[in-house]
Amino acid sequence: MSEKEENPKNKSRREFIQQVGIVGVGSVLAGSAILAGINYDKKKSTGARIKVLTAENELLEIDRNDATKVGKSKAENLTALQKEGREGIPGKRWVMVVDLSKCKNARKCMSACQGAHQLRPEQHHINVLKMQESKNTPPFYMAKPCQHCDNPPCVAVCPVDATFKRPDGIVLIDNERCIGCRFCIAACPYSARVFNWAEPLLAEEDKDKTYNVELNVPQRKGTVSKCLFSADRLREGKMPYCVSACPNGVYYFGDENEDAVTNGTTKETVRFSKLLEENAGYRLMPELGTKTRVYYLPAKNRTAPFQDKDKLEAEEHLDINNS
Amino acid sequence: MLDQSKFDKITSDLLKPIRINHSFMVWMGFLGVSLIVCLYAYSVQLDKGMVVTGLRDYVSWGMYISNFVFFVATSLIGMLISAVLGLSGEKWASPLARIAEIIALAFAAVAGLVIISDMGRPERLINVFLYGRIQSPILWDVTVVTFYVLISALFLYVPLIPDLKICYDKMNQLPAYKRNIYKVLSLNWIGSPEQIKIIKQSTRILAILIIPVALAIHTVTSWLFASTTRVGWDSSIFGPYFVTGAFVSGSAAVIIAMFFYRNNFKLQDYITEKHFDKMGKLLVLVSLIYLYFTLNEYMVPGYKMKKFDAMHIHALFTGTHALLFWSVQIFGLVLPIVLLLFKKMRKPLPMLVVALFVICGAWLKRYIIVIPTQEHPFLPIQNVPMNFKIYTPSLTESLISLAPIILVLIIITILSKVVPIIPVHETIEHLEETK
Repeated sequence: MSEKEENPKNKSRREFIQQVGIVGVGSVLAGSAILAGINYDKKKSTGARIKVLTAENELLEIDRNDATKVGKSKAENLTALQKEGREGIPGKRWVMVVDLSKCKNARKCMSACQGAHQLRPEQHHINVLKMQESKNTPPFYMAKPCQHCDNPPCVAVCPVDATFKRPDGIVLIDNERCIGCRFCIAACPYSARVFNWAEPLLAEEDKDKTYNVELNVPQRKGTVSKCLFSADRLREGKMPYCVSACPNGVYYFGDENEDAVTNGTTKETVRFSKLLEENAGYRLMPELGTKTRVYYLPAKNRTAPFQDKDKLEAEEHLDINNS
Repeated sequence: MLDQSKFDKITSDLLKPIRINHSFMVWMGFLGVSLIVCLYAYSVQLDKGMVVTGLRDYVSWGMYISNFVFFVATSLIGMLISAVLGLSGEKWASPLARIAEIIALAFAAVAGLVIISDMGRPERLINVFLYGRIQSPILWDVTVVTFYVLISALFLYVPLIPDLKICYDKMNQLPAYKRNIYKVLSLNWIGSPEQIKIIKQSTRILAILIIPVALAIHTVTSWLFASTTRVGWDSSIFGPYFVTGAFVSGSAAVIIAMFFYRNNFKLQDYITEKHFDKMGKLLVLVSLIYLYFTLNEYMVPGYKMKKFDAMHIHALFTGTHALLFWSVQIFGLVLPIVLLLFKKMRKPLPMLVVALFVICGAWLKRYIIVIPTQEHPFLPIQNVPMNFKIYTPSLTESLISLAPIILVLIIITILSKVVPIIPVHETIEHLEETK
């Protein structure tokens, strides 16, 4: 009897638990369904249809919210930039013309360059020099970037292929590979290269930035840096930093293949060959066989006189036999 | 047959220095502490960057590189004394062969470390093997220096095998494990005719092999400079010029080592005045050749005085580096030649003094080759602070440059405390032959 009495009690308790369970699970399901519905609604209300091109070259239309951006890791980004940086810009042969007759030593090129490449005040990718060849020849200002030689002595001596020549004519440095031996600095006859002797200016701020080989930023302690013809700007279809910054129309920049160069100040585009021909263009130290990609137009009919205060410095490098 | 007691005397005389005594401990303690100070200086450079040196963008190679050239240079003496003199049958040089080989091995092995101290990114040394470009003279240098270190080690080891057995046999006072090391290293040497033949042949092969490799290491080192267009480096005689210079500093190093071994190890009967006399003559010979190359190197451009050559030559002859340049030429080259022509000067003590001058001159000579050139690039040095224009080595840099010299002394000291510095087996053999 006692068993019989207990059984219905047990049964009812079991039923109660079952009922509670059903209600509980049911409400959770219902709740999540409502939540999902709200979310779906949210998506739908802000989402738009977009077109995507698949790897199989199929054009599909999908909801914007269904698409997730394929993120690259930092290392993948770096590798992609390094690869792109070595390949250069197809079909181009970059060339620069520096018209010395127009240089007034404004030095806007120097500051624009130092700002873009995060250089210290004493580090020059481009340096405006006070030049004088001999005692009786006039002094002049000469902007000197890397000459981007077609026969680059720096690239020849690099033991690890950290500095390299691209098909578009630019000589770059991969500071993620550079071992800091400075053989390139010793080999460069144009003193175009600088070294990061100390921690770079923005080392702390740029800690997590992905290295861009076409900008050479972030700069790296213990590696070499130099003028890059602003390869990052060229990729965006813009003129180099120094060329755009010049207020005096000193720089022309362009593509040798197109035989066209554009003045950075006036935006005037001229024939490269004609510009050289009409103005007796020349290259620096051609006797070294370096085949530079920077051309100079002589400082004749100067737009501004050479300043007296700079004369002494210009004379310092005079030929000893001539002085 | 010679008297057995005479053999025993030779053996005990030559093995006597192989023990750890008080002065060894003091000397090693001194070297060890100095090395720690220098390594601390290097840790500062690793932390702060090479800004702690006097190097800047224009003079970007300085003391480290001139030190490297000096080390490679000095290591060449192993080839001259052990191989060239050995092969040409100059028997007088054979007691000096091991000293020369120890110097060669120590300097060559440490040269590789010197170059690392000059790297802005030493942790990327592996890149040289991962991405190495065979077109770069640095790759040639890494290859030949490594090869030379290996051959020098073998050239030291192979003739040492019979002596290692003698060490095992005779040095009963040593603890068992030390004696066993000698036993293992002596590769079961029993002195059978067949073994003697193998040793003789392999020594001869090594002697022949080491000559081109030694020439290569210093020629390639000179090409680090000559492969550029820089004034003062752009020279077609740099290879032979460096090689002859190497023999000068190497001979001086051997003379200094001879003096110390003779006095400290009581080896007056084995490193005799005759050896000093011969080494003195050798130093005169190599110095004369070097003088001849020096004359060519400066007179030819100095006669023409082309624009940039003139700048360089003025800086050396009458300008900022004149004092150093003339001191090196006079005290490190001309005076030693003149003095050593007199027989009286070719005695141990005067030779030590002369050799010290020569070796200091040799070090400074490398400095003169490396630095002034970079202070006169083709284009003017402008818009930079004053310390970019004139190179002054910093204290940290000097300490780091001292480290390899200390390391070489440590290696030489330890080696001369574990192996007989004069070949025992050869000395006895030589006596038997002449008897």
